[in-house]
Amino acid sequence: MGNEDIIKEMNEAVNNFDDELCKELAGKSIELGMDPIMVLEDGFAGALREIGESFGKGEIFITELIAAAQAVEAGAEVLNIEITRLGASRETIGKVLIGTVEGDIHNIGKNIVSTMLNAAGFEIIDLGVDVPTHVFVDKVKEHKPNLLGLSSLLTTTMGKQKEIIDALKENGLRDSLKIIVGGAPVSDEWAREIGADGYAFDASSAVKISLELMGRK
Amino acid sequence: MPNLKLLSNDDIESIHVASLEVLEKTGITVNNSQATQILANVGCKVESNIVTIPSSVIDEFLGKAPESFKLYTRDGLESHIVGGDNVIFNPGSSAIYITDSDSGEIRKAVTRDMVNLVQLVDNLDHIHAQSTAVVPTDVPGDISEWYRLYLILKNSTKPIVTGAFSKDGLLTMKRILEIVSGGSENLAKEPKAIFDCCPTSPLIWGDVSTQNLIDCATAGIPAEIVSAPQMGATSTVTIAGTLVQSNVEFLTGAVISQIINPGTPIIYGGCPAAFDMRTTSIRLGAVEAMMVASATAELGKNYGIPTHAYLGLSDSKTLDAQSGFEATLSVTIAALSRINVVSGAGMLTAVNCQSLEKLVFDNEICGTALRLIEGIRVDSTTLASDLIMKVGAGGHYLAEKHTRENLRKERLIPTDILSRESSDSWKKSGAKETRVRAKEIVDTKLRNHVTSPLDEQIDGQLEDYLKDIVAKKGHSFTF
Repeated sequence: MGNEDIIKEMNEAVNNFDDELCKELAGKSIELGMDPIMVLEDGFAGALREIGESFGKGEIFITELIAAAQAVEAGAEVLNIEITRLGASRETIGKVLIGTVEGDIHNIGKNIVSTMLNAAGFEIIDLGVDVPTHVFVDKVKEHKPNLLGLSSLLTTTMGKQKEIIDALKENGLRDSLKIIVGGAPVSDEWAREIGADGYAFDASSAVKISLELMGRK
Repeated sequence: MPNLKLLSNDDIESIHVASLEVLEKTGITVNNSQATQILANVGCKVESNIVTIPSSVIDEFLGKAPESFKLYTRDGLESHIVGGDNVIFNPGSSAIYITDSDSGEIRKAVTRDMVNLVQLVDNLDHIHAQSTAVVPTDVPGDISEWYRLYLILKNSTKPIVTGAFSKDGLLTMKRILEIVSGGSENLAKEPKAIFDCCPTSPLIWGDVSTQNLIDCATAGIPAEIVSAPQMGATSTVTIAGTLVQSNVEFLTGAVISQIINPGTPIIYGGCPAAFDMRTTSIRLGAVEAMMVASATAELGKNYGIPTHAYLGLSDSKTLDAQSGFEATLSVTIAALSRINVVSGAGMLTAVNCQSLEKLVFDNEICGTALRLIEGIRVDSTTLASDLIMKVGAGGHYLAEKHTRENLRKERLIPTDILSRESSDSWKKSGAKETRVRAKEIVDTKLRNHVTSPLDEQIDGQLEDYLKDIVAKKGHSFTF
């Protein structure tokens, strides 16, 4: 099997949500001595971006987008070990700190966005759910992320997004990063009102906005 | 399997017995000499077109009608079984008016409207059959009945529900179908169209309808016997009395067809309406009319005959909350009653105005009703207790293969006529309400429609035949 064939098969495996095959093909590419960073981009990440675009256009369902992202994760796991072994590093687009605000334990939306951003080439630090405002501030200080993602699924907790942005301002950290807000009750208008840099209404728009904020598109 | 039943077995028996009494004692007017002759031949009493039918004749001939029959596409593929628990939706028929898609104005329908409607229906998943839904007013009146059928055959492969306005008209339409089927034998073997034959309530079989019924029976073409009582005016205000009278009309038609050709397919149909005592208009959206339709189907099923009803129509003048309400209620009742042929989608102003936008909306209603009667699948796959235990507390099902594999089996995927997006996305995409959405879907479907062409040789034969008829009628009309 030629190198190009493997890339093509990887694309197909992602489209078929076949995580086992993604893993197997990743292993095969390493045996063949292919560049794992190139394989990660051409075999997996590119295919997932296309699926994300299909989702954005309303052509596929969210379950299919997640399944494709998981297949990519399975393949990427194998490749990442090889990348570390070679002492190489995949160029990351940026570091993203993400979490669901205090009082809110919804994690599905946040996890989907994390998976999609990771596949798009971002480094992800996931703080989990029900994260208090001061923890967001502390973690921003510690990790110095380029992007901060604040998720809130409830109208009763979305006020926390504003509280976090205000706390970052008080600590002189606001201008060191870009902030994206998301969640069912959140809107463009709300994002502007609380001084966020962007609003993501679904997983594929989160990737698009993140890339824009990083000056990539 | 969910199933709606409004009548008990005793109720059905009471209606049957009352119908036999009316048939035996008062009888029914049949204004067609061929029909009165054959009825007399089997032992009915005929006195100046009033026929009284003994119950022995009903018993002898009713049982000959088939319980179900197959309906075929234009190109000869088996399409639907009419009977059992199957539900087939098709547009309401023969509207004079149409809602103009651009202006929203109610105006007379023309050929282009009929073509658009047929092409749209060809692209609607839950509208299974075509119907001669509008009467194009830009063609001479004495050819419009068969011209509609010709337009359907040119533009769609779906089976057809139709009917004639005249004796000649039916024969021409029969010939059109024979040409498309490759002969009369093939047409009888593989029917592509159902013909409505309508008695006139109360208790009259008119000359044209009776002749249409006889000609359908002779050719083995499925005939839909459709009583259209206006409750309170041309039938009793009570539901039960209306059922008795319609049943008398149906049984008479059934006997005529089965004497002519035992075993020829017939359908027990109905187009019940409530006569509105305030406006003196008819209401097809009245719940009592829907109850008559549902109960009529129960009578039909009891006789072992496929059923039909006009449901899904609305008395509203525009696609609005009223039309949504009336169509949803009646289509849901139709599906739960397992009425085999349900005509009415797209229709507004009772039976006078077709709307392409309402057709698109009704398609969603029909799909929803069909999903409802599929019921709830309970087996190890759908119970999924293993999966529930695997995902556990606080997990989610979005990433599970089970979700992907069962989504389309379990869930009716809605069309874009229904707003499901966030209010923010809705505003961003233009804050479109139902009518605007519907028009966009109509436009997109018509723009992307690809006509499956009629076989060239058949098309040529049809044109020769029809041009000849047009010429004989002295029209300069070309098509």
